[in-house]
Amino acid sequence: MTKTHSWEQEVEAIADIIRRRVLDLTIEKQGCYLSQALSSADILATLYAKVLQLGPSEGSNIPPKFPGVPGQSGADYGFGAAYNGPQGDGYDRLLISPAHYAVAIYATLIAVGRMSPESLSQFNTDGSTLEMIGAEHSPGFELTTGSFGQALSQAGGIAMARKLRGEKGRVFVFMSDGELEEGQTWEAIQALAFHKIDNVVVCVDVNGQQVDGLTKDVMNIEPIDARIESFGGTAVKVDGHNVGEIETAINNTPHENGPLFVLAYTNTSQGIPLLDERKPHLHYVRFKNDAEEATFKQFLTDWEREAS
Amino acid sequence: MEIVNKVHEHNLVAWAKDRPKVLVLSGDLTGSTEISLFKQTYPDRFVSMGMAEQNMLSWAGGLAREGFIPFLHTFAVFLYRRPLDQLQMSICYPNLPVRLVGFLPGISTPGGVTHQAIEDLSVLRGVPNLTILEVGDATDVESILDITEDIPGPVYIRMLRGQIPRLFPQSERLQLNRARVLSAGSDITLLSTGLCTEEAMRVTGILNARGVSISHLHITTLKPFTDPTVLSALAKAKHGVITMENHNIIGGLGTCAAEMMAEAGIGKPLLRVGIKDTYCQGASFPYLMRKHELDALGLVSAVEKLLDTKLDISEADLADVRIEEAASLSTEQLEAL
Repeated sequence: MTKTHSWEQEVEAIADIIRRRVLDLTIEKQGCYLSQALSSADILATLYAKVLQLGPSEGSNIPPKFPGVPGQSGADYGFGAAYNGPQGDGYDRLLISPAHYAVAIYATLIAVGRMSPESLSQFNTDGSTLEMIGAEHSPGFELTTGSFGQALSQAGGIAMARKLRGEKGRVFVFMSDGELEEGQTWEAIQALAFHKIDNVVVCVDVNGQQVDGLTKDVMNIEPIDARIESFGGTAVKVDGHNVGEIETAINNTPHENGPLFVLAYTNTSQGIPLLDERKPHLHYVRFKNDAEEATFKQFLTDWEREAS
Repeated sequence: MEIVNKVHEHNLVAWAKDRPKVLVLSGDLTGSTEISLFKQTYPDRFVSMGMAEQNMLSWAGGLAREGFIPFLHTFAVFLYRRPLDQLQMSICYPNLPVRLVGFLPGISTPGGVTHQAIEDLSVLRGVPNLTILEVGDATDVESILDITEDIPGPVYIRMLRGQIPRLFPQSERLQLNRARVLSAGSDITLLSTGLCTEEAMRVTGILNARGVSISHLHITTLKPFTDPTVLSALAKAKHGVITMENHNIIGGLGTCAAEMMAEAGIGKPLLRVGIKDTYCQGASFPYLMRKHELDALGLVSAVEKLLDTKLDISEADLADVRIEEAASLSTEQLEAL
């Protein structure tokens, strides 16, 4: 890649690396949370490569083995966040809410140089911190959020604490749209608005899909923007595969009196049209037979050749 | 007996004075959980969270991660029934110093079944990293905040409000995981918690006079439950052990004693005085105490059963009847159930 490329092109290239890494892993592991990575790659790439004010990673290049749970083993809480660099005045924070997106987070850390590429082979192996559903010891994670809808409230507490200390820096929350079905999410938005927590920015991957099928068929959550606005938040809709739109919405939307929600509408097969025919059953992608696996392998080979 | 009013209300304000990291979170029960004075004294450290307990618990986890020490105030039942997942994943798993101050434990509320935390110990004893405490008098209430300071993880407190008896000398502060030995004896070992200790103390004197020798221990730490003083008292009981608690007989103090006795091979009978695995109705505390036999007479029955004898003790024989007057809650507190 030459220096004449725009930042948008660079971020898009990172997003495609995320997608290819997760597809590669899906083939290697015979199944993975692939569609989540496809839908969120542009959001995560924009956050890490353009938006977030982070210092260098403090995590080890090859992640440590699971050291034990907090409390009894002496392990600390939240140390997966070391991969996002130091915390403190001026730095942004990124809190991952849907822990099922773990593979996308790991792939992003690799794509932006915060973790070594070979780390991914630890994914979902016994004793590794690269768990399939991440928790606060997993690279890139600060919270334990596999039970949905709890990160936003915790972000409220963290953001309130930072305001009490007079600290600069935003608290970003990456959320999935399915979590908008949880009652706690609305308790949190209500409280963020009531306490005028304006240092929280929530990026939602609105991919319209959950385990049982399309969100609109399982439990409707639209109109998301109007619902959030009525609870006192600010909401803006963007094309979740247009990195310029995502960046502009995050950095240029006024939200003086409460949290900002960037609703990034996305496609669960983005980058891999071969998956279109499986929609909406893409929560966990597993290849049905050798022939199908071979097709996807060939697709990946062609994609990698094209990228290089 | 000295009766002290609003002990926590005043103690919290004094205790938090030089502890700027202490925040108080209210679940819309500020007057009912004795934090009005805190709100008035330190408005910047008082956080109104409304009626949204799931959010309040996770929010507290976030504050604690940033170095603050949130003291959550609401009724005990609202700290663990509705937000149990949040309590576990946002607070207990990361072992954060959140203090859950739960008022009106067991049947000490006229609020009925929705307000009665009768199985909080059963539920919470199985939650790793959580320390569980229960107070029984004014001295306990005055010293419990000091105890929490040395506990790095989360703490759940069965707290008392309003008019509280002072059963123990003010200078004898509560100690973590250490029972208060109230009487020594060899026939029966009696363990009691919370409000049941006052009830039990009405009985132990007269039992002694009737020739029943009772070793009575007041328990304030329910998790961990590893106090060697308790183990030793259980081992010495000649006829057996009685536990007495304002809680379901399943999963609380009685179960703690049973586990300790079984693990130590103490093969003595155990009688558990408590709520007999039933929900309860809304009524006055004395009425419910009598109905569910958690009162002094309930203890007399248990002793008679254990010794297989009749003691001919009537209500008139029992000392210091305080409960009727104290349980008539102030109007202010009744207004906000």
